[in-house]
Amino acid sequence: MSEREANSLWERLSEAGSLSNRWLHGAEASVNLAELSRGSCLAAPLDELRGASVLVLTKHQLPSALALIELDGVARRVVVCPLDLQPEHLPSIMETAKIDTVVGDRCLGVSRFVPCSTQITPAHRVRRCCQRTEWVLMTSGTTGVPKLVAHTLCSLSTAMTGRDPLGAGAVWSTFYDMRRYGGLQIFLRAMLGGGSMVLSSAEEPVGDFLTRAGRHGVTHISGTPSHWRRTLMSSHADKMAPRYMRMSGEIADQAVLDHLRSAFPDADIAHAFASTEAGVAFAVGDGLAGFPAEYLGRRGAVDLRVVDGSLRIKSGGNALGYLGDDAPALLDAEGFVDTGDMVEPRDGRYFFVGRRGGVINIGGQKVHPEEVEAAINSHPGVRMSLVKARHNPITGAIVVAEVVVKSPSEAPEMEALKGEILEQCRTALARHKVPATIRFVPAIEVGASGKIARHA
Amino acid sequence: MLARVEIIAVIKEVGAEQGKNLAPLSDELGLLETGLDSLCFAIIVARLEDRLGFDPFGAAEDTRFPVTIGDFIKFYEAAAKHVGA
Repeated sequence: MSEREANSLWERLSEAGSLSNRWLHGAEASVNLAELSRGSCLAAPLDELRGASVLVLTKHQLPSALALIELDGVARRVVVCPLDLQPEHLPSIMETAKIDTVVGDRCLGVSRFVPCSTQITPAHRVRRCCQRTEWVLMTSGTTGVPKLVAHTLCSLSTAMTGRDPLGAGAVWSTFYDMRRYGGLQIFLRAMLGGGSMVLSSAEEPVGDFLTRAGRHGVTHISGTPSHWRRTLMSSHADKMAPRYMRMSGEIADQAVLDHLRSAFPDADIAHAFASTEAGVAFAVGDGLAGFPAEYLGRRGAVDLRVVDGSLRIKSGGNALGYLGDDAPALLDAEGFVDTGDMVEPRDGRYFFVGRRGGVINIGGQKVHPEEVEAAINSHPGVRMSLVKARHNPITGAIVVAEVVVKSPSEAPEMEALKGEILEQCRTALARHKVPATIRFVPAIEVGASGKIARHA
Repeated sequence: MLARVEIIAVIKEVGAEQGKNLAPLSDELGLLETGLDSLCFAIIVARLEDRLGFDPFGAAEDTRFPVTIGDFIKFYEAAAKHVGA
């Protein structure tokens, strides 16, 4: 281990600045980092957790954030569970990750359960870094059990360069769950840069979150373009005055960049590309959609290339791999992660055009068109259907469907049929997967392979 | 005026479909106070594009995002003049 890698999160955040004026603010409580130097959020001595494979599972973000600070450098592995994880996936996740300890607010029948809370109990803690902890994050949006992606504190913090010039004056926040890659990046930037952080809460209305972030003096804040569009629709957007705003997780189009610039004229606005597997690739700060073509082939910490239209990334921010015996390989033969995000060159820039395989991203949630087509096609009056994305100014994209019926009839009957198909979709599918509009068409193009011709 | 009638109709239609409890609609009502969420507004904008033939968000000259129902309707009315609809 190099000297930097050997340092735990606790050691690095302590070195980044005095603890007494740095805070973690949750919607339900705030914790001063100096309290953690005199106590613990965990109801067990750290020595008991050395070398453990720990699942961190709490409803709110703040206890998870505190537990991660304490467990890095102590546990062998921490598996970080986001709020939207489906409970039925837990048994297989725990088996794959060989979990022997649950830290959190509910016991899952493992041999060791350590409650954790935002009440810091005074305790003597020797925070000796005894190993390089593996951090395991979950991929989002896939159907079925999420993939488990292994990182280290080093790979997670590769994009971060030392102390923030604002020091303890830097207050970071994000709309993301800090237990997902995008949110964890912001948490680590705050902790390793010497600042504080305002955590979001799934239960909190957007106006309340913006007001709370403003009250804590947020200086840096990130979210998806959909989060930002929702902010622009809120009458509380002026409750905060950040210096730096960042978009990631979805395609940032020129309209949302312009809208944000207009609403926050004094802020630096950047859009970044990152994924759980590939890490942070770049941030674009020139106010234009897409990224400059010269980013490709640039030698440095992050190598980018485009293969068959898809962006590939090689950097110290790449994950180590997926957990599990039959997990697919993460890296190609030359050490690049294939993101599956399709790009097209135009006028000296590359623009993101969607996901390979036509996967649709609705405000950060993924939709497989085939699943929606299956729901539509199960209506007896439908011959076939084609589901695709349409650009949308609110959620980035929205699901729309073209449908070929078995026997076309008059307009009133067709309207009724449309209603029946939509009703059937609402019963079978999550709301974001239900088509916003249905258009009846005479035919759908079928390619030479016998499959529906899908275009990006 | 046409845009206003169509917009109110689509808001009510989507609210009912999505099982949302709509607040009484007025021009002063904030979009986020209507009882509708982002997905509802995404559907509303998509349907209005089908019915009115344009999406004012993509090509807006005034880059201020609408915050109230009144703003939202004005946003469409201004764009309707622009496209000659």
